[in-house]
Amino acid sequence: MQLICPAGTPAALHDAVDLGADAVYCGFRDETNARNFPGLNFSRDELEREIAYAHSRGVHVLVAINTFMRAGSEQLWEQAVDDAVRLGADALILADLGLLAYTADKHPGARRHLSVQAGAANADHIAFLVEAFGIKRAVLPRVLSLAEVAALTREVPCETEVFVFGGLCVMEEGRCSLSSYATGLSPNMHGVCSPASHVRYRKDGDDMVSMLGDFTINRFGAGEAAGYPTICKGRFSAEGRDGYVFEDPVSLDALAHLDTLHKAGVSALKIEGRQRGRAYVAQVVKEIRRRLQPGAAGNVDADVLRKMSEGQRTTEGSYDRRWR
Amino acid sequence: MTGAGADPALRRLALTLGPVLFLWNEDRWRDFYFRVADEADLDTVVIGETVCSKREHFHARSMDEVTERLIRAGKTVRLASLALVTASRERKSVRRLAEQDSFEIEIGELSVLPALQGRPFAVGPMVNVYNAPTVEVLAKLGARTICLPPELPLASLERICVRAPSVAIEVFAFGKVPLAISARCAHARFRGLTKDTCQFICGEDPDGVAVDTLDGQRFLALNGVQTVSGTCHVALDDIEQLRAAGVLGLRLSPQTCDMVAVAQIYRAVAERKLDAQAGRRRLSEVYPAAAFSNGFLHGRPGHELIERTADAR
Repeated sequence: MQLICPAGTPAALHDAVDLGADAVYCGFRDETNARNFPGLNFSRDELEREIAYAHSRGVHVLVAINTFMRAGSEQLWEQAVDDAVRLGADALILADLGLLAYTADKHPGARRHLSVQAGAANADHIAFLVEAFGIKRAVLPRVLSLAEVAALTREVPCETEVFVFGGLCVMEEGRCSLSSYATGLSPNMHGVCSPASHVRYRKDGDDMVSMLGDFTINRFGAGEAAGYPTICKGRFSAEGRDGYVFEDPVSLDALAHLDTLHKAGVSALKIEGRQRGRAYVAQVVKEIRRRLQPGAAGNVDADVLRKMSEGQRTTEGSYDRRWR
Repeated sequence: MTGAGADPALRRLALTLGPVLFLWNEDRWRDFYFRVADEADLDTVVIGETVCSKREHFHARSMDEVTERLIRAGKTVRLASLALVTASRERKSVRRLAEQDSFEIEIGELSVLPALQGRPFAVGPMVNVYNAPTVEVLAKLGARTICLPPELPLASLERICVRAPSVAIEVFAFGKVPLAISARCAHARFRGLTKDTCQFICGEDPDGVAVDTLDGQRFLALNGVQTVSGTCHVALDDIEQLRAAGVLGLRLSPQTCDMVAVAQIYRAVAERKLDAQAGRRRLSEVYPAAAFSNGFLHGRPGHELIERTADAR
């Protein structure tokens, strides 16, 4: 199985290449990719340089152009595809049907991966996109159990890639407007979720209150660490009861199931976290490499990995059917 | 597609009733549609379960009776398919819908397209259509009507209508907005259950479970595996702009208020027999529990209400 590592910056890409990634994924510095955060991503020149570096070490570079084209500004997304192909990207990660059609038409030789943002959650859906646009690999949404991942992978006429570590979308990817409801900025249109520009923290007595747009997403008592106000991991009140209604502030850790995923025929394992630094990528890559060795023992580095996780707590998400 | 190309200011807007997103018990569901058939001034009625496959059997028995009554009353009927399809049982259910040819299907995701073999279909608001090239892809496959995602701003709607005139564009115009769908059932979990052991508990909340912030702000609502907005999206103030943009249909999403009266208000405003502000006032009498919003249409946070100013068209 290939190990696909995040690269938010040229430095992170360098690190991931040096640390043993089989491929890295990254995006341009604009709303054409789903991690459109300040200080992240690549200019055309940077991408050209880093692709040369990665290729010199036998590592592939996948370019995510995985938001949905804004009507009237399609050219921005089409140009991103043209440039990524021209600069030598090994694959494009796409979600928008119109952009998939454009790419298949203009660059039939360019390898196309289906982004998780396309929300293709079953074999018929993926088979249709393979037939229509020549998809070579689909990144699966985090809505499937391990058994469903295995069954789907057996059935589809392309490779599959799954997330194994990092941030967890509680909602199906590419079909969530929660952020947009609170802030006007959405993952699908602007490449952001719960954007920092709309985050505020305020003191209220002993409490620290985290807000997104006009809404309180959590209140933290004295001594409680204040987390980032992502809506699906916020604390709310329903029928007079307070709690994490959707999910606790946890992140995904499916590393215990690498063997199952391997046997299922999954082609690639994806690490989330283009916004994370070198230490994170290094530790996760090292741990996965270790576990993929024949006869590798249990999780000796569990604590190290957990400390790097959001809220320092992890879940197997939908891979474990009971999570639903 | 009647009226496309005619003077936009005179174009008639069709009214479509979207599928009931909540789990209503069999009697309530059937009686609702009977009344809609007999009394509501609507062009098209979309029925079927789009949120959770576990609910499908609840209305299976009444389905034929309901569709027949709607047809007899002169409504066009579409059958909606699930928005999130993972289990093989769900794939079969979607395929069955594709194979029947009595009614047009409204797709909730793309798995059904090969089975349709080029037959005409409609596209529901959970399919990601953000631009004209995407409309063109779907049109080539047989899409005739597309209800765009609720978060799309007017500026995008306009561009899409201009560049893809071959498809009738419909816009989400009334109701709590479907904002997200998950493999996890937050509704069942809130009641101490899980998706697999849910006992159809969401059926006890015909309007969803309100989710407020810890500071008491109305925010969202749980509807099984779906999350909907806490506000009710109301596009009455925007109807003239939607018409001018080239939109051909307005979608009303069923809530636990008098939907016959809601349709009447939208029809009156669409036909310029009632001005939008007066329409909104009447709507708050029909649905007093709801706070209204339309921010999405204006590229603003979806929960905001942007009222039409006197000098705007």
